[in-house]
Amino acid sequence: MGAISSLLVLSWRNIWRNKRRTAITIASIAFAVFFATILGSIQKGAWDNTVDNVVKFFHGYLQVHKEGYSEDRTINKAFPLTEELLQAGSMDGIDGTAPRLESFALASYKQYTKGALVIGTDPTNEDKMTDLKNRLVEGQYFDKSRDEAMIGEGLAKYLNMGVGDTLVLIGQGYHGANAAGKYPIVGLLKFGSPELNKRMVYLPLSTAQYLYSADGLVTSLALIPSSREVAERLEPGLKSKLSEIGYEVEGWQDMIPELVQVRELDTIGAIVITMILYAIIAFGIFGTILMMTAERRYEFGVLVSIGMRRWKLALMVWMEIIFLALIGVLIGFLLSYPVVLYLHHYPITFTGEAAAAFEKFGTEPIMPASLSLSVFVRQVLVVFLVTAVLACYPIININRLKVVEAMRS
Amino acid sequence: MSVVIETKALEKIYSESKFPVHALRGVDLQVHKGEFTAIVGPSGSGKTTLLNIIGGLDRPTKGRISVGGVDIAHLSDNELIEFRQKNIGFVFQSYNLIPVLTAKENVEFIMLLQNRSKEERIRRTESLLNRVGLGDRMDNRPGEMSGGQQQRVAVARALASSPQFILADEPTANLDSKTAGSLLDMMLEMNREEGTTFVFSTHDSRVIRRARRVITLVDGLIDSDEIREQ
Repeated sequence: MGAISSLLVLSWRNIWRNKRRTAITIASIAFAVFFATILGSIQKGAWDNTVDNVVKFFHGYLQVHKEGYSEDRTINKAFPLTEELLQAGSMDGIDGTAPRLESFALASYKQYTKGALVIGTDPTNEDKMTDLKNRLVEGQYFDKSRDEAMIGEGLAKYLNMGVGDTLVLIGQGYHGANAAGKYPIVGLLKFGSPELNKRMVYLPLSTAQYLYSADGLVTSLALIPSSREVAERLEPGLKSKLSEIGYEVEGWQDMIPELVQVRELDTIGAIVITMILYAIIAFGIFGTILMMTAERRYEFGVLVSIGMRRWKLALMVWMEIIFLALIGVLIGFLLSYPVVLYLHHYPITFTGEAAAAFEKFGTEPIMPASLSLSVFVRQVLVVFLVTAVLACYPIININRLKVVEAMRS
Repeated sequence: MSVVIETKALEKIYSESKFPVHALRGVDLQVHKGEFTAIVGPSGSGKTTLLNIIGGLDRPTKGRISVGGVDIAHLSDNELIEFRQKNIGFVFQSYNLIPVLTAKENVEFIMLLQNRSKEERIRRTESLLNRVGLGDRMDNRPGEMSGGQQQRVAVARALASSPQFILADEPTANLDSKTAGSLLDMMLEMNREEGTTFVFSTHDSRVIRRARRVITLVDGLIDSDEIREQ
C-alpha cells in the first residue's frame, strides 16, 4: 500500500464511521442527481425532438444557396447544380441532397386567389428529408414525371378546391419573366403550422423550373446528413469550402434563429431550476461537512501532531467528500437511468389543447427523454464541482488548524 | 550520554486572554539518551505546555529548545511536522489510534508517512506488535481492543518511526492499575534493553515511583530534579 492508496483506504473507511449520516448525505446527492438527470433528459429530449421536427419538416440541417440568398430570398439568386455542389452532396456523412426551387406566386381557383409559397422539389428526396409523404391527408403523393401539384389543406379550403381540381399559379419568374401555369391537384397536405397550411404548394422540380423560366436552376440545395451531429460537424468545413466559389451554407441554427433563441432561454430556465435544486442539496452536504469537521478536530490535531502533512490530511478529507459525491451520483444514475430509458421509448404524450399547441409549431406532441451522454456527464461535473467547492471548508480548516488548540478541544 | 532534549530559559506566555498567563517562566532542562523521565507537578504547573514545546506542537515565547541538536523553535510549520514524524514518538492519554485502521495498520501508518519500503513496514510492524505483546491482535481495530491493548498499540506506533525519544502525556491515566503496571513494565523493559528514551508528564504515583528521573514543575519553573539510582 503506497501513501496515496493508504489515504484512499483511510478515506473510504472514514466515510462509514457514521453510517447514518453518510447514508443521508448520499441519499440527498442521489436525490438531486435523480431529478436533475430526469429534468435535463426531458428538457434536452423535448428540444431535440422539436428541432428535429422543425428542421426535418422543412429546412433540412444544411442548405447551400447562392451567396447573399439568406439576406435577399429571391428567385434571381437561383443557381445551376454544378459538379462541385453535387460532390458536396456525396461526401461522407451526407446521405443525399434535395434540390429546391422556391418562390412566391398567386394561387387561384375560380374566384378565389391567395399568395402561396411554391416549392419545386424532387419528390423522392424531399420525402427522404422531410417525410413529406406522411403529411398527405388526401389524394396521392406527387410524381416527378407529371405536371401536378400538392397543396396545404388550409389553402385548399380557402380556395374551395379539392383533389382533382386545377390550380392556377401566376407570378414572376427568373429575372422578371412571366410565370403562369395550371396544375391538377393530386394531394392535400396537412402541416402543424396553420400559416404553412394556408400557403404551401409543392410541384415537381422540373415543373417549377419550367413555371419560373429557370431551367436547370435551384434556389437551394438541402443536404441530407445522417444525423444532426454529423451536420454540425460538417458545417464549418462546407462553409469555408463553398464560400470560395460563391455559395453560402446555412446550418439549421442559421435558418431558424428564433427557435435557437427560445431553446437557449428555456435551457437557461432549466439550468436555474437545477441550480436551485443543487443549491438546496449543497447546503445539506455542507451541513455534513461542518459536523464532520467539527467532530474530528481533535483527530486532525492528533494526525498532524504525529507527523501527517496537512496537505495529505486535506487530501484524505477531500477524498471522503468526493467518495460521498461519487456514490451519490452513481446511485442517482442507477435510479434515473431506467426512468430516462422508459421516457425515451415511451415519451410523455400530450393530448387536446396541449397537443394542438405542439402541432401548431409543426412538432409532434411528445416529450421524449434524451439518452445523450452529455446530460449525465453534466451532472457528474456539477456534483463534482459543488462538492469540490464545499470540500474547501475542511481543507481551509485543516490548513489553519492549531494543533495544541485542536487537541485541547 | 548524548543530550536529546535541551531547553534554555524557556518561557511561554499565553496572551490570548485579558491577563497574560506565564505558563513557563524560564525552564532549563537537559534530557539524555536512554533516560526514563517523569515530569510531574500540580495542575497548571506547566507540564503540558513544556511537553507541547518539547514535542514541537507549540512554540516558546522566549528561550531555546533543541531536539537532537536542532533548534525546533525556528522550524517552519511543515518542517516541524516532518521533524516530529521522524524524531518524536507520541503516546497520548486517550490512545488516539485511528479508529478505522487495525492495530497493524495503525503502526504501519506512521512508516507510510515516512515512505518506508513495504517489506520494512511489514517486518517492523510485526516485530513491534509482538514486542508489545499484541502479536495475536494485529488485525483488530481499536474498538475491538481494551484500553491497555490500545495504549500498547500506541506505544508500538510511537516506536515505529524510530524516534529519538517517546513523549507520553499521562499514558496511564485511563488505565486500571494492573494494566498500567503492565504497560509501565513494558516501557521500562524497552528503556533498559533498547535504550529508548521516554519523557512522561504524569500525576500517576505508579509512574512516578518507577521513573529514573523525576522533574517537578511548580508555577512554570523546575522546583526539583531528582535522579534515582535503579
